Amino acid sequence: MQRQAQVVAALAEALPRAAILFRDEDTAPFECDALTAYRTSPMVVVLPETEAQVAAVLKICHKMGVPVVARGAGTGLSGGATPHHTGVVLSLAKFNRLKIDPASCTATVQCGVRNLAISEAAAPHGLYYAPDPSSQIACTIGGNVAENSGGVHCLKYGLTLHNVLKVRGFMVDGEAVEFGSRALDAAGLDLLSILIGSEGMLAVTTEVTVKLIPKPLLARCIMASFSDIESAGAAVASVIAHGIIPAGLEMMDKAMTAAVDAFVHADYDLEAAAILLCESDGTPEEVEEEITRMESVLKDAGAARIEVSRDEAQRLKFWSGRKNAFPASGGISPDYMCMDSTIPRKRLAEMLRAIQQMEIKYNLRCVNVFHAGDGNLHPLILFDAEDADEMRRCEKFGADILETSVRLGGTVTGEHGVGVEKLNSMCVQFSAAEREQFLGVKRAFDPLELLNPGKVIPTLHRCAEYGKMHVRRGMLPFPELPRF
Amino acid sequence: MDADDPALGRLINQVAGARAARAPLEICGGGTKRFYGEAPAGAPLDVRPLSGISSYEPTELVVTARAGTALRDLEAALAEEGQCLPFEPPRFAPGGTVGGMVAAGLSGPARASVGSVRDHVLGVTLLNGRGEILTFGGQVTKNVAGYDVSRLIVGSLGILGVICEVSLKVLPASVATETLSFDWDEARSLDTLSRWAAQPLPISATAWHAGRLNVRLAGARAAVAAACERLGGERLESGAAKAWWLSVRDQSAGFFSLGEESLARGEALWRLSVPSVTAALALPGEQFIEWGGAQRWWRTTATPDVVREAAARAGGHATLIRGQDRVEVFAPLSAVLLRVHQGLKQAFDPARIFNPGRLYAGL
Repeated sequence: MQRQAQVVAALAEALPRAAILFRDEDTAPFECDALTAYRTSPMVVVLPETEAQVAAVLKICHKMGVPVVARGAGTGLSGGATPHHTGVVLSLAKFNRLKIDPASCTATVQCGVRNLAISEAAAPHGLYYAPDPSSQIACTIGGNVAENSGGVHCLKYGLTLHNVLKVRGFMVDGEAVEFGSRALDAAGLDLLSILIGSEGMLAVTTEVTVKLIPKPLLARCIMASFSDIESAGAAVASVIAHGIIPAGLEMMDKAMTAAVDAFVHADYDLEAAAILLCESDGTPEEVEEEITRMESVLKDAGAARIEVSRDEAQRLKFWSGRKNAFPASGGISPDYMCMDSTIPRKRLAEMLRAIQQMEIKYNLRCVNVFHAGDGNLHPLILFDAEDADEMRRCEKFGADILETSVRLGGTVTGEHGVGVEKLNSMCVQFSAAEREQFLGVKRAFDPLELLNPGKVIPTLHRCAEYGKMHVRRGMLPFPELPRF
Repeated sequence: MDADDPALGRLINQVAGARAARAPLEICGGGTKRFYGEAPAGAPLDVRPLSGISSYEPTELVVTARAGTALRDLEAALAEEGQCLPFEPPRFAPGGTVGGMVAAGLSGPARASVGSVRDHVLGVTLLNGRGEILTFGGQVTKNVAGYDVSRLIVGSLGILGVICEVSLKVLPASVATETLSFDWDEARSLDTLSRWAAQPLPISATAWHAGRLNVRLAGARAAVAAACERLGGERLESGAAKAWWLSVRDQSAGFFSLGEESLARGEALWRLSVPSVTAALALPGEQFIEWGGAQRWWRTTATPDVVREAAARAGGHATLIRGQDRVEVFAPLSAVLLRVHQGLKQAFDPARIFNPGRLYAGL
């Protein structure tokens, strides 16, 4: 309490009182992000409005040795914004100014601007911001930079990394810094690349300059059904093998289509073992040529039924099911756990078969929605958190999926980040020397390890413990507890 | 990577020896980009024995190659499957390697439309200064596990470690390509290019030099045909156009080589990386503009200060490519970024054996 009073008093030198929250009832809304299973009460929450205030907060915390966790909209799925119990949550929600520069096809936006707001503001100029994570109506660009967010269109248009030119922000000690530039590159090492996706552990982002691209004149979507998952997986590989890069290429299994169709009536083929959504965008000429090629490839790959969207309304209907996969899963189960691993495309069917076996092994259902084009999986394990045994089986199930993904040549997280959720899985994917190298990178930016400490990179000790427990019991008994 | 591989084993031993003796190493491939960056120093560490394509599956759009693989061999393997390195890395001369391409981080004419080398690197296996073999990233496009070290390595000129193996995202080669040519001055060209950039056109490369703008279109047949109709200009014969773009990509075009006479005049070749909408720059000399205005090559006798100032004022930076020895090659870093660079050097190569001073003095 004394520490809290000291920190609050120091912060009050830099911020108006109303921008400092420290009573439990005021800080409660900040105790978790969208990974709600992990909650920590922060010591203090601050809501600065200017860059000068951000710098001042950082200087004070640096001097006092207080951890700082930056936060945008709190939509992250891996606990990247989970507070530190003796730390300050730096809420950047008030940084919401935005400037579109149509001449250079760029937008300069403050970190608290919502992803979709950029495209909305750019629309009158025929431009948009390409990365579209499914939380785009709420998530902020600052959070997107922290997580290197993707979306359904990143196969063709890239991740946040490929669409950001420059980031302005502050180092842990409050010093202003710029990564990248308004040109296509900057002098020296490519620090922008390592900042993007660093989950708020290297610097605090306050302003982002993004690339805008011309809105495609037309988009059409094919819905293709397959009577077995092997041919659906092979169809994905075949589309790519024919030199086609779809604007989106998504796959859902039968359990998933049933759940979403009941939720939004997307007119999916409910008899199919799996369906693919395959989209083409561009000029009308390009789209016509590409849709014809896609249809023929999908037919040759054994599609049982193919439907091409007639108009924008039908295209949006096809996507409505996919975009509602998560809420629809919430409708058929009290809780679900969303996984996020990536595997090479050619292993899709193999992975689905493995997940079917795991459903039997752990006696839990799993519905599957995949960004098939880039091999990014979102299996949703259905369980009831009230039931301690189901919760345990669910965690084992999840760890099994992640470890299988690594074994198939993939990675434990494609776009949701490591945060606190996948710390143990990082022990599986990376060697001790690799994790030590990550910590070296962290210290090059933040020698005292005050920015978002304890995230992303597990300690040697934690990995040793995980290895032991993993062999002994196959899972962590209290995953919410910090282990050092 | 297989740690028992004899070629890799020899590199590890050589690094261990250098570390013990605190003797710098110059990481070498084909030497085709040795002119780029600050002067090399140290005993050569030849990466070429570590060669060969480790895996290539066209349907995955991913190729993994060991660093010493000849760039020529990699590109030939891709071409056999109708695929390519979309960022068109400049080769300068025959003999370049995959590792050198990544370490230099240079991209060619298509950079503004498809992205850079860095945008296509998915994973890197690195031998760091402690002699450890580390793998970052992987062979999949979406991967956010840990910091993106594989992309930090791109363009690092070897100062952080020895690149041993690289996984790259590749793309199908374009179905159709056309080049249109316009007799336009610099201002009109820059202005038109910036308007075109805001429209959905299949522009894959642009280059302006001496009153002539060349625009390459690439993509679906119908889209390229429609754009040709719309944009007008003079259509270049495809063989000649291909040869011309190659000469830009590899910088074999006359503009890029400085003869003894021009060196004697104090002329240097600079690369200015600026926002594409930057108005015409007023330096003395001759200019070659690429990337829709974002990359401007200058043959100029202007002093380094003047060149750097022109780039900085526009929001960009300038790099000395050829000529004018004893001048810093890269634009100076801010104090805060220099500190991060020093911290990263310390983290990867604490004994400071790899390519010392190649990027900046002291790193």
